[in-house]
Amino acid sequence: MDIALDKPAAKARPRTGGKSRKKRIPMVVKLAYRNLFHDRLSFFVTIVGIVFSVVLVAIQTGIYLGSEKKIAAIIDQAPADLWVVPLGTKSFDDPSVLSGRERHMILSTPGVARAEDIVVSFGRWRKPEGGTTTVIVVGTGADSDYVLPWNIVEGSREALEAPNTVGIDQSYFPDLGITKLGDRAEINGVNVEIAALTKRVRSFTTLPYIFTSIEEARRLTGAGQDQATYERVQLADGANLESVRAEISARLPDTEVITQDEFRKRSQAYWLFQTGAGAALIAGAVLGLIVGVVIVAQTLYASTKDHINEFATLRALGAGAGYIVKVILMQAVLSGLIGYLLGISLALAVIHAAQDTKLNVVMTPELAATLFAVTIGMCIFAALSAIIKVVRIDPAVVFSR
Amino acid sequence: MSDVQKSKIMVEAHGIVKVLGEAPNQVKVLKGIDLSLHAGELTLLMGPSGSGKTTLLSIIGCILSPTEGHLSLAGRPTKGMSKEGLANLRRRHVGFVFQSYNLVPTLSAVENVMLALDLRDINGADAYDMAADALVSVGLSHRINAAPSKMSGGEKQRVAIARALAGSPSVILADEPTAALDGQNGQAVMELLAEVAQDTNRAVLAVTHDHRTLQYADRIVRIDDGRISSSERPKLEGKSYAAHAEAGH
Repeated sequence: MDIALDKPAAKARPRTGGKSRKKRIPMVVKLAYRNLFHDRLSFFVTIVGIVFSVVLVAIQTGIYLGSEKKIAAIIDQAPADLWVVPLGTKSFDDPSVLSGRERHMILSTPGVARAEDIVVSFGRWRKPEGGTTTVIVVGTGADSDYVLPWNIVEGSREALEAPNTVGIDQSYFPDLGITKLGDRAEINGVNVEIAALTKRVRSFTTLPYIFTSIEEARRLTGAGQDQATYERVQLADGANLESVRAEISARLPDTEVITQDEFRKRSQAYWLFQTGAGAALIAGAVLGLIVGVVIVAQTLYASTKDHINEFATLRALGAGAGYIVKVILMQAVLSGLIGYLLGISLALAVIHAAQDTKLNVVMTPELAATLFAVTIGMCIFAALSAIIKVVRIDPAVVFSR
Repeated sequence: MSDVQKSKIMVEAHGIVKVLGEAPNQVKVLKGIDLSLHAGELTLLMGPSGSGKTTLLSIIGCILSPTEGHLSLAGRPTKGMSKEGLANLRRRHVGFVFQSYNLVPTLSAVENVMLALDLRDINGADAYDMAADALVSVGLSHRINAAPSKMSGGEKQRVAIARALAGSPSVILADEPTAALDGQNGQAVMELLAEVAQDTNRAVLAVTHDHRTLQYADRIVRIDDGRISSSERPKLEGKSYAAHAEAGH
């Protein structure tokens, strides 16, 4: 630059040595954050809006994912290549019973290595101090590779092989009128003892799972000696799943033969969409996004209006529309970043606090990353009105101010 | 051949007409302006309110496009250029000094100058050094990191001049640069603009009402009702306007 004014006042600037050589924040970023922090109240409102949005979306989505996980919890814990279920089964928790001959028919099908019974049935639980509640009795064999229940914190699965013993989750103590291992209650009029306690093994519905042996489950629910609700089928090595499925279907006309994934999705779709629970969660998340967009859009637009003279000056100085758009976008991204960090921290705290409650909220790295992208996307989308405002600035207004 | 005739023409305007507004409320603000700005000259554009001074300044600064006529800036014709093309031309060849300084209040003095450099893709430590040097050149070595809110009007206008100089534009356009300043600061700013205009690669045009500024002019162009009514070079013609300054007209 060839400014060499010979003014007495224009003495040489004392050189700052390495100080001016330090890496400097790009002007676009500097201008963006100075604009943001200039009006602290407006910035605070923006951040509160984003935090509210992030927390709401995180919690709603977390509950949705937690529900998906909870609905499919037993299916996931007892995986099978194929499930044979009574025709018309809507979900795992919507049990009816097979006729009783299925297991042998399945085992005789080429390509089948193993078939295991599982009994799932509603039961009437009478509390020790009186009063009844409905429960879901789940009975499985002890010789399975995937025994139920899991997460046993007191007692053992082996103990459930003894007659009149059941396992429950400790979070159901108040619902079932139980206080400790060894307490007694009644299921469908049969006296049972608590022989195993689990942690965080809850059903999606309000009905507690009661785990027991397959024989005890049949006895408690009145099922026949060979009857089961579902058959878990493991294929032999090299067997073709579709061929085996077709063969079993042909042999058992009153059943459906579905894969692990199909059973999961059917159960999840039933509870989340046919009951409307999932739609409500999704609506809540969408509402959170809308609130976030509106608040960020409103405050960014107001901030842009407050700084319109500066943007017009920039335009007059020759800034391209792209430069000014970058400043607005940077404001949006910075707001999103700060709002996300605060929001996700708050959401994680809420999720941590809800860990041992009936509310199952899930946060995964994928969900956190998606939320980050959604938050930044939301802020960029919200910046559109401000961007439209700045690209339409007439730089000539600088002469009238 | 005079020095003026030998100097480079930085701005050339021919037959500039500007019509503002929509029919039937159109106003013909400029009615055929011919004007050349020479490097090394400080030209004052004077005239009554509504005479078209600021509109002409805006057209020369490529902020407005003329309705008719031709404008050439630093040898580049502007006719047919898009908004972004004109912005690019402004960025590379024009520096502005505004009546109300128009500094970014959230940035320090040096950052305001760096911002203008950033528009020209000069950034980082180089930009800092250039901006700081520009501020030293306008006598603000002690105010480099000061916020505009902590500066006097005169200091703010000096920062604006440093910002206008950043990137070595061919033309500096000043809109009423002394209007918001007291006599002493106004004089200092005009002295500065006069010095800036001594650069043989730069022309300076200042719109002004302030007769105290006349003594600094290499050329005085008067405009009335959208037409240039007179043009004089007082220094060449041996005229002195020092009395205006003393009288404070």
